[in-house]
Amino acid sequence: MSRDSILKAIKQNQPELRPLPADVDFYFEQTEAAEKFKQVLEFIGGRFVEANNYAAVKASLENTFPQAQRWITAIDEFSELATLIQPGDPHELENVDVAIIKAHFGVAENGAVWVTEDLMGARALPFITQHLVILLNRNNIVPLMQQAYQLIAEKDYGYAAFIAGPSKTADIEQSLVIGAHGPRSLTVFLLDSDN
Amino acid sequence: MSAVKDHAALAQAFNKDEKRVDWHDETLWFVRAKRDRASHGIPDWELLRETASQIKHNVLSNMHDYLVQFEGNALANGIKIHWAADAAEHNAIVLSILKEKGIDRMVKSKSMLTEECHLNDFLQDNGVEVIDSDLGERIVQLAKEPPSHIVLPCIHKKKEEIGDIFHEHLGTAAGESDPQILTETARQHLREVFLTRRAALTGVNFAIAETGEFVVCTNEGNADMGAHLADVHIASMGFEKLIPQRKHLSVFLRLLTRSATGQPITTYSSHFKKPRPGQQMHIIIVDNGRSIQLGREDFRNSLKCIRCGACMNTCPVYRRSGGHSYHTAVAGPIGSILAPNLDMKKYADLPFASTLCGSCSNVCPVKIDIHDQLYKWRQVIVKNGYSTKTKTAMMKGMTLALSSPAIFNISGKAGRLALKFIPFAVNNGLNPWYKQRDMPTPPEGSFTDWYKKNRKGEQP
Repeated sequence: MSRDSILKAIKQNQPELRPLPADVDFYFEQTEAAEKFKQVLEFIGGRFVEANNYAAVKASLENTFPQAQRWITAIDEFSELATLIQPGDPHELENVDVAIIKAHFGVAENGAVWVTEDLMGARALPFITQHLVILLNRNNIVPLMQQAYQLIAEKDYGYAAFIAGPSKTADIEQSLVIGAHGPRSLTVFLLDSDN
Repeated sequence: MSAVKDHAALAQAFNKDEKRVDWHDETLWFVRAKRDRASHGIPDWELLRETASQIKHNVLSNMHDYLVQFEGNALANGIKIHWAADAAEHNAIVLSILKEKGIDRMVKSKSMLTEECHLNDFLQDNGVEVIDSDLGERIVQLAKEPPSHIVLPCIHKKKEEIGDIFHEHLGTAAGESDPQILTETARQHLREVFLTRRAALTGVNFAIAETGEFVVCTNEGNADMGAHLADVHIASMGFEKLIPQRKHLSVFLRLLTRSATGQPITTYSSHFKKPRPGQQMHIIIVDNGRSIQLGREDFRNSLKCIRCGACMNTCPVYRRSGGHSYHTAVAGPIGSILAPNLDMKKYADLPFASTLCGSCSNVCPVKIDIHDQLYKWRQVIVKNGYSTKTKTAMMKGMTLALSSPAIFNISGKAGRLALKFIPFAVNNGLNPWYKQRDMPTPPEGSFTDWYKKNRKGEQP
């Protein structure tokens, strides 16, 4: 192993210590955070739906995905509509059509939501599913990534992700195609309550 | 520069098809324009760049301690840490991890470091099949070419050519070139790969000393599909990917994708902190010349790079010569200041593949002085005797002419007369400035003559 020789060379060659910059506050345009979040999410190919409660979400989903066979969720209250995810081999999620999970919060400036492993049920689920549905409370939208990282700076998790829109690619002549390897659609339900 | 083709020769080949050059140029400028719109939407853009730059300066100056801190935290998280002095050691580590598990097929998401190390060829020679899962990378892999751009690997390919490749390898209908249909075909093909590979290798965008976690950014979700379905996840990183604290991601994630493609953020910014139960997670920390670059005062700032590709999209030379003309894993302006550190002789041509217009430095999200470094590399390369003979002779001639007013005046007159009376002496293939353009009509006299005539009585 070259550990010691690499570290020695680095110590020898690194310049004199320069300080970290002081924390700074960044400017955010004073529009309503939910409105900005909606605009950006739709711009990056996501669907944005406002709903009063879980019952309204369920009704909307049944209309949106009438063909879907396999529904999986990590939310207890959705166990009538979808199967509650169980620990096990992630390969068994291969044929999931719709996955329903919660997000901790959303970020207005880029339309991303923050989801940790415990909210996913399985790390593979938000990626392997054909369609991803995420529930977000209206009170949990922060303006910028700075506020986002203030919320998660000290949190522990095994795996977590910012998810912004459906999977996409523009690798062929810069033509945007939605549905690369992950979900073909992402719907964010903005909720007034958590039930 | 006879055995290996240099940038000028490779660019000349690319320039044969003028229409294609125009298309390439316009496509990349389109991406640059998207970057402008995205960055102009952030009132604090310059403050963000300055903050990012300062964080990276701190990292370079405290690299040893941050690496030790990162290693300790990652180990505590249950991740295995490996150190590789060079490409060969990196590749050997990957192979040994796979062999220990009896794995001979691996899926890989985008990692320019593995391109730098020529990992695919090495594994292939050792009986391990590697499939690249980023769509652009899969396309160039099937075409048996290297990526021509770090963010947009097949930006040099037309959809009809991609259609032909897919027809041959993935069974699409002949002549099919619709990006929607080609992408869907790749989705089906790669889904089978994700579901059957027991090992996945990813790159690393950022590694956090404070927490021992690493972040991978993709739009397609391919890094996650590979990693979450595999028993073994290997992440390869150059040591300069470190940042001190998790909160610093708020600065870099705001800059990275806006600079790269004009998106507000990538679809997925995945934070890997611990292996999932039953999974093995490895990080390979690679030097491969970086510690030497860290010691070069004039060039160490190149290690601040976060690999957004903005300098390529804006570069008038890159856009018109294509990524392959740089004959190195990272093309464009940033590649031209990184590569000579690895091999000054082999890449002696690259710092000269620039107009020094400075656009690269202006768009760089971490404020690397790219064009200054290109200029400084030229001097180092000439001093070390690695520049071509004609270039050295030309430079010496220019030094002579510019340091003597008499020779300067005579040369100017001779040049004007030549352009006027014997244009064929300069409008020929021996003059590189004649390529792709005609020489200008010469002026009647020199600027000094004009000044004497028109500004009589004023002191020149």
